[in-house]
Parts: sequence; structure tokens; C-alpha cells
Amino acid sequence: MKKMLLIGLLLSVCVFAQQLTIQGSTTVLPIAQATAEAFMDDNPAADITVRGGGSGTGIAALIDRSTDIASSSRPMKTKEIAKARENGVNPVANIIAMDGIAVIVNKGNAISQISAEDLKKIYVGEIKRWDQLGGGGTIVIISRDAASGTFEAFNELALHGAKLTDAALMLASNLEVARTVAQTPGAIGYVGLGYVSDDIKALKVDGILPSPETINNGTYALARPIFMYTDGKPKGLAGKYFDFVFSKTGQEIVEETGFVPVK
Amino acid sequence: MRLKRNTKEFIIKSILLFCALSSLVFLGGIIIVLFTQGVPIFGQIGFAKFLFGTGWYPTHEFPEFGILSMIYGSFIITFGALIFAAPLGILTALYIAELAPFWLKETLKPIIELLAGIPSVVYGLFGALLVAPFVQRLFGLPVGLTAFSAAIVLGIMILPTVTSIVEDALSSIPNEYREASLAIGATKWETMTRITLPAAASGISTALILSIGRAIGETMAILMVAGGSPRIDFSLFKPVRAMTSTIAAEMAETVMGSIHYHALFGVAIVLFIMTLAFNLIAERISYRFHKRFTATR
Repeated sequence: MKKMLLIGLLLSVCVFAQQLTIQGSTTVLPIAQATAEAFMDDNPAADITVRGGGSGTGIAALIDRSTDIASSSRPMKTKEIAKARENGVNPVANIIAMDGIAVIVNKGNAISQISAEDLKKIYVGEIKRWDQLGGGGTIVIISRDAASGTFEAFNELALHGAKLTDAALMLASNLEVARTVAQTPGAIGYVGLGYVSDDIKALKVDGILPSPETINNGTYALARPIFMYTDGKPKGLAGKYFDFVFSKTGQEIVEETGFVPVK
Repeated sequence: MRLKRNTKEFIIKSILLFCALSSLVFLGGIIIVLFTQGVPIFGQIGFAKFLFGTGWYPTHEFPEFGILSMIYGSFIITFGALIFAAPLGILTALYIAELAPFWLKETLKPIIELLAGIPSVVYGLFGALLVAPFVQRLFGLPVGLTAFSAAIVLGIMILPTVTSIVEDALSSIPNEYREASLAIGATKWETMTRITLPAAASGISTALILSIGRAIGETMAILMVAGGSPRIDFSLFKPVRAMTSTIAAEMAETVMGSIHYHALFGVAIVLFIMTLAFNLIAERISYRFHKRFTATR
């Protein structure tokens, strides 16, 4: 009886050790989900739970130790790192992929490129009509909600911290931005590279079209790394998971989900 | 035996009392959470600056938390919806209560109730994919996601509330009123417009005020259709941002305990007080309405 209990205890410890939680950015959700599923197919004993909630939520969860991995579409803020250290958590950044923010317009728009400077002027409300850029009509400015990781990245990469005009439409998802741009002739929006489709047109920014090459070699201006933060260097199951993500198969999944592989 | 019966009675009574009080407990819990989480923002920002500030930049390096544009957004959508739903609802109710033959009445009523049962997100899809592009083309607007589109979608959503409450009010008018009117030679139309409708006026007001309360709290459909610009343009044909959508869109990505988090709860407090006020006013009017008719009977 005692032996059985002991075995049971050991087993449950084993099962416990095989659990992993990934929480955070909705942008990273497709990668996290697809890689976790493929990883579990290869390692039937592993049990990975993937949750969304946003970059901030994931990082907060890492800080209070309610997740093993925090996925984030932005680097941790100094304040967050300090708070983590206070709690005895040592956040380590693992860049698992790159994400390009594509600037998109309606297919009917005559414009096919924009300078980073003009893009900023549009989004802070200084340029209001396409006529000023060689097109025609009123510009309908479309943005993501202020709390989203994509907005934060855009705010930093394109606006350099300037305040977005209050005339901008604030939509709740990448998909809604893409759809609204597709059905609005004068619209301009921004989405993750994975959301660019044939229904919309991605603009060249400073003469460079967003593509896996231009994003990885740093020539495209609106690119950002995708992070998975861990407490210390990933070990155990987390370590095995990261080995998988950085493997050829893992990086192929990254590409399939619309992101840019890093290896 | 007798004691047992009393005990049984007592237990049943207690269980029922507990159930009846549970909503009070829930309400109390909601109020406590709202205020403990939301009040800090008033201290951090200042009540007036929060309520009357026009800039909403919650995640900016130098954040601003002014919700005036959202109060404006919620109200313009709500009143737009009311302008759409009030005449349609009142006239529908008038037809159902006064004119419709029995079988039609019994068909129309459940169909209208059915409108109330459709999930909000379905209305949102309908609004974003059909109403908004239609409004955009019809008025030649730069974009279809506007207060106007949201008002139409919301108007359809509150139509069942308006119709069923107005219909109740009309049905509760004593038949003697109509009979007396017809007896002195008034036509059916004269009876409806000069006797029945005025007599039901406070019931109709109740319906409209309750609909306002319902409309101001609507979230998902508005989030998908209104466009979401935190800006005051005083035009129905511009995108607006409602208080509810802001909470829904931003709460999920907000760090618990941050100033942004408290600000969203602050918005919820404002929303809660507004809906509470509308419900109390409606209650008061409908109380007077019932008192009047029980007195005349």
C-alpha cells in the first residue's frame, strides 16, 4: 500500500513536471498554439497550456509566477523588469521570431509607397488628405486599440512616442483592421505581416516592401522581435520546447503562421 | 409531527429568502468591486479631469485619462438609436395592442421577442458587414463605421424592449376609456391618438427610459460598428467611441492594478451610475402610472 502511494506520488510529480504554461500576446498566440501542438505530438507526456490576454498580461503572469513562459510582442519595460526582480524572477528574453508591421491601404488607392515621415504625419493628424501624397480623397486613419501589443509596437516604431490623432478609428483586432481597409477606399491601417492578403495593398515604407528578408536584415523600418520570456534560461520541459521552436520544424511553423523565422 | 412540519416550513422559507436575497448580495459584490477598483483613479487624476478631460491616451508614456469623448459617444449612439426605435416601436405596439387580429398579434409578439434573443455579437457582425458598408455608400462617407451605423444596429436591438413595454402600457389602459370615446362618436384613429396614447404616456416614457439604460450598456455590437475614435465631432456620421467598448477592448490587455486598469473601472462606475439613474427614473414614472390606473378603476 505504501509502495503504491509512493509510486502514485512520484507519478503525479512526473505529470506535474511535464506541464508548461504559455501566456501573453494575442499576436504570438498562433505561433504558441501551433508549436505547442506539434511539440505535444512528439512528446505525448508534455501538457502545454496556451493562453492569450495580451503581452502586458503575460508579463504580469511571469512576474507573479502564474505562467512559465510569457509571450510578448514588445520588450519588457524597465518598470516590469524591476518588478520581476523584486519578486525574485529573472526574466530572460528569447527571440523566437520576427514580426513586420505592414502598412496597408485599399486596393483602389493609387499610392504604393510612403515615407516613414509622412506615415507619422498621417497618424498624428498633420496630413488629412491623400491629395497631399499624390492620391485623392480623405484619409481614413485606422489603428488598433491602445492596449494592444501591435499598437504599442506601431506607436514606438512609426510614431516614436507621438500621440495618435483622436480621429483614428480604434479597432479590436488585426482582422477587423484588414477587413475595414479592404472595404474603405480612403483607408490606411497597419497589421502584422501575416494579415496581409490579396484584398489589401501593403505599402513600401521608405522604399522597402515588408518581406521576410527585409525584416530580418533590418532594412524594413517597422519590424519587431517576438519574445518569449522565461524565468532564467529555459530548462527542463521549457528548454525542450525552445529547442523545438528553434529547430527547422519549429521555424517552419513560425513561417506558416505568418511570421518571419529567425534561424 | 407538528414540529416537524414547522421545521420543514422554516427550512423552505429560509431557502427561498436566501435565494431572494442573493441578487442583493450579487449587486453588493459588484458595487464593492467597482468602487474599490475604480475610485483610485479619481484620486490619481482628479474627478473633474477624468470626467471632463478629452484626451484618452491610456498607454502613452504621458498618459491621459479623459472620458468626455466616450460619454459623448455613448450618448449620441443611444439617442440615435432611440430616434430610430421609438417611433417604430411605439407604432408597432399601437398596432399590436389596438388593431391587430388575435392570430397576427400572437405571431408578431414572439417574433419581436426573438429579436431580443439574438446575441449581441451577431448584431455586431450584421452591422460591420452589412449596415456600415451600406451607410458608407448611401451617404458617400469616407468610412461606414460611424455613430449612425451603430445607432441603427442598436435601434434594432432595443426595438423589442420599446415594443413590449409600450404594448403592456397600452393593454393596461381600461377598456372603458376606449368605449367611452367610441360612444361619443370618435373614430378608431381619434380614440387611439387622443385617448389611448396620451393615457399611456407615462408607460411609454418608462419604455423609452428603460431602453436608454439598455442601450447605454450595450457593448459588443457597438465595439464592432461604431469605429472607436475617442473624439467629439457633434456629427452622427463620424466614428465614435462608447464607454462600454473601451472597457471591453482594453481590459483584457491591461495589467491588473495599473492606473489604466483603475481608469477602466472608473469608466465602469460612471456607466453604472448612469444606468442606475435611468432605471430609477423609469421605476418612478411607472409607479405613478400604475397608481393612477388603480385609482381610476
